[in-house]
Amino acid sequence: MAEKLPAKERMKITRQEMSNQDPDERKNNFDEVPFGFTEETALIEAQRCLECPKAPCIKGCPVEVDIPGFIRLVLEKDFAGAARKIKETNALPAVCGRVCPQEEQCEMVCVLSKKFKPVAVGHLERFVADYERENNLTELPEIAPPTGRKVAVVGSGPAGLTVAGDLVKLGHKVTIFEALHKPGGVLVYGIPEFRLPKKIVQAECDFLAQMGVEFKNSTVVGKLDTIDELLEMGYDSVFIGTGAGLPNFMGLEGENLIGIYSANEYLTRSNLMRAFDGDSYDTPIIHGKNVAVLGGGNTAMDAVRTAIRLGAENAYIVYRRSEFEMPARKEEIHHAMEEGVQFHLLTNPIKFIGDENSKVKQMECIKMELGEPDDSGRRRPVPIADSNFILDIDLVVVAIGNSSNPLIPATTPGLECNRWGNIIADEKTMLTSRKGVFAGGDIVTGGATVILAAGAGKVAARAMHAYMMGKSVEETATT
Amino acid sequence: MPKVIDNMQIGPMVWKMRVEVPHLVEKAKAGQFVILRVNEEGERVPMSIAGLDRENGLLTIIYQVVGKTSGLMTTIEDGGEIADCVGPLGVASHVEKWGTTVVVGGGIGIAPVFPIAQAYKEAGNKVISIIGARNEELLFYRDEHKSVADEFYPCTDDGSFGHHGFVSDVLKKLMDDGVKIGMVMAIGPVPMMRVVANLTKEYNVSTWVSLNPLMIDGTGMCGGCRVTIGGETKFACVDGPDFDGHQVDFDLLSARLSAYREQEQAAMKKMLDDPNCRLHESVQNFKYPEPRKA
Ligand SMILES: Cc1cc2nc3c(=O)[nH]c(=O)nc-3n(C[C@H](O)[C@H](O)[C@H](O)COP(=O)(O)OP(=O)(O)OC[C@H]3O[C@@H](n4cnc5c(N)ncnc54)[C@H](O)[C@@H]3O)c2cc1C
Ligand code: FES
Repeated sequence: MAEKLPAKERMKITRQEMSNQDPDERKNNFDEVPFGFTEETALIEAQRCLECPKAPCIKGCPVEVDIPGFIRLVLEKDFAGAARKIKETNALPAVCGRVCPQEEQCEMVCVLSKKFKPVAVGHLERFVADYERENNLTELPEIAPPTGRKVAVVGSGPAGLTVAGDLVKLGHKVTIFEALHKPGGVLVYGIPEFRLPKKIVQAECDFLAQMGVEFKNSTVVGKLDTIDELLEMGYDSVFIGTGAGLPNFMGLEGENLIGIYSANEYLTRSNLMRAFDGDSYDTPIIHGKNVAVLGGGNTAMDAVRTAIRLGAENAYIVYRRSEFEMPARKEEIHHAMEEGVQFHLLTNPIKFIGDENSKVKQMECIKMELGEPDDSGRRRPVPIADSNFILDIDLVVVAIGNSSNPLIPATTPGLECNRWGNIIADEKTMLTSRKGVFAGGDIVTGGATVILAAGAGKVAARAMHAYMMGKSVEETATT
Repeated sequence: MPKVIDNMQIGPMVWKMRVEVPHLVEKAKAGQFVILRVNEEGERVPMSIAGLDRENGLLTIIYQVVGKTSGLMTTIEDGGEIADCVGPLGVASHVEKWGTTVVVGGGIGIAPVFPIAQAYKEAGNKVISIIGARNEELLFYRDEHKSVADEFYPCTDDGSFGHHGFVSDVLKKLMDDGVKIGMVMAIGPVPMMRVVANLTKEYNVSTWVSLNPLMIDGTGMCGGCRVTIGGETKFACVDGPDFDGHQVDFDLLSARLSAYREQEQAAMKKMLDDPNCRLHESVQNFKYPEPRKA
């Protein structure tokens, strides 16, 4: 193992960063932007961890990965062991190493960040997970003897995949029902290739299949079979992880013109249907020259960076608050800026104008200023009178968030939802108002993060196991 | 992968395919639709349900060659496979006992309106069936319609069979003759549905139309299928496909349907120019149909 340097020395090491594809080059391709650590940089970075006894990073992680523990294994050059260590609590390290907002979680509370830069936990996580996968070191975990219990998992996003993995290991027979033709949820249809290569998601799903999870794709629960029918068919327990997949629109004049997409549609065409590779795939997509993306979250950044790659000459983010309030990860905003995205901040669209063929050609906007804080504590944007202006555009992507899809609640009597249509589940067990039916991820929280969805899956799996083995669900509740 | 039992040409550019999807067939109802992909590279294309053979678990779809994907579909041999088929999607047609009902099918819409005619009949309605196409060759499903309809009015644009003229002529005559109609269900090309809806609005007769916008997921996730109904945005895949014909913004619907016309034509041309093109001979001589005037 690499010698651990004395703490003082370690603090002198500068944080290692991944090298990135050059912005001018990556603008023209869908390959991943950062290249990932080399063994060398990983070992240097691992030295920086002080292994402080309190390890605030563990508490900063929504699923409490033993961060100093896995970093120690990196230092010992047991990279696959490090990946396995993470997998004890997070089934999807290759994904989370790429898309988690570490800067708001583990890295934010890293002791080093007070004086220096925090340990690059995310980069290390990605490195060990990739190392394990690329060197075929992924070991099938021990599978407990069959329990004779059957589980139906509805939705194959990070929440559903996590539940499936945990329960199959415990000896249950697990079937995932997925509406789309490919599993992965937002990881396959939403997040673009340049941020999360789809082969990584596929590898995770293949791994689950090897462990014995059965995938039933192209199966819409609530349309083919309802939750109640699944229970009647002999599934002992059901997990609902159907995500937040109903795109919001703004209700503006002209919003249904040709050339106005929801982010879900735009990204699904490009990612799931692979319209970015028009030579090989048949699904069409509009290649806008002047593209406006409405919104300031990760989804908006993904959409605007996709537009750049599909040949936009001008790609705008139109956001009604200021950069400070933008919910997207800083890294994504930075990448977007590097790639030439133009930001119309404190700007709100008010109507869309079409040509004689009902194609959108212009968008009328109004300038905003920040007023008093609203319920969310963020300052409320208010329009500035007579500040209207016209933006010439030929493609608009509306990325202002999703609501919950009513399909399952509407077909499951007795399943309680809150007033936004999110399924109500007990935080400690993810049990819903229906016996044996659990739920987690975006369908419970509203649009959140991959790691929170995966974390909810962990909690649910534990409670579902207890339920199926005839124990009280509450007993296993995590505290 | 779902098995294609048979796939045959039933008109100049019209094919009929039967797919073995027993579970889907068991659950499906008239008025719903499915989304299928021919192969890994293929688009997701919505298809109306044109028949359900519950005994054998077979789904019938009728499709017209309008572009690359439907062109490719013609190459699937009996006993072959498609990549996937998801459904049943959408809300089933609303069926109650209204008394006298009229089902109107135009072009390819003749097929999906047939199971609805059956459902109307089963609910105890009198069913008048009006179907129309350009010419006799394209007027398929005659026997089917005849088998359920109490009155059957075939029409052709060129007069080669039945009434010489449009389906709307026949419907207008019925209403002028004072037939009391409880419900009209119209499925067909947008111009036909528009004409029917405008007509029944004049006579104050309730009318459903089944809309077929472009779709991707079919579960409400993308909003690509949005239509404007009475000034409000609806997602046809989950709120429809049936809507009150008097509320539909048909202009917007037909505009949105043409969103990718150039790309579609380019794709079709590329396929036809390929010397190894395996397409059916009749498809190789494919020309884009002139928009049908109503
Ligand atoms: C474009 C975009 C970028 C994002 N970027 C990030 C990021 O960088 N970092 C981050 O942490 N988070 C990000 N998020 C959020 C994150 O992706 C979600 O919080 C997370 O995927 C939620 O997981 P889930 O398992 O709850 O649901 P989802 O991932 O939404 O999966 C739900 C699955 O259920 C299926 N389904 C729905 N209804 C049914 C039904 N009736 N029957 C069968 N299947 C059904 C859906 O098809 C889907 O596959 C992003 C989201 C988007 C849209
Ligand atoms: S097809 Fe995507 S929402 Fe209807």
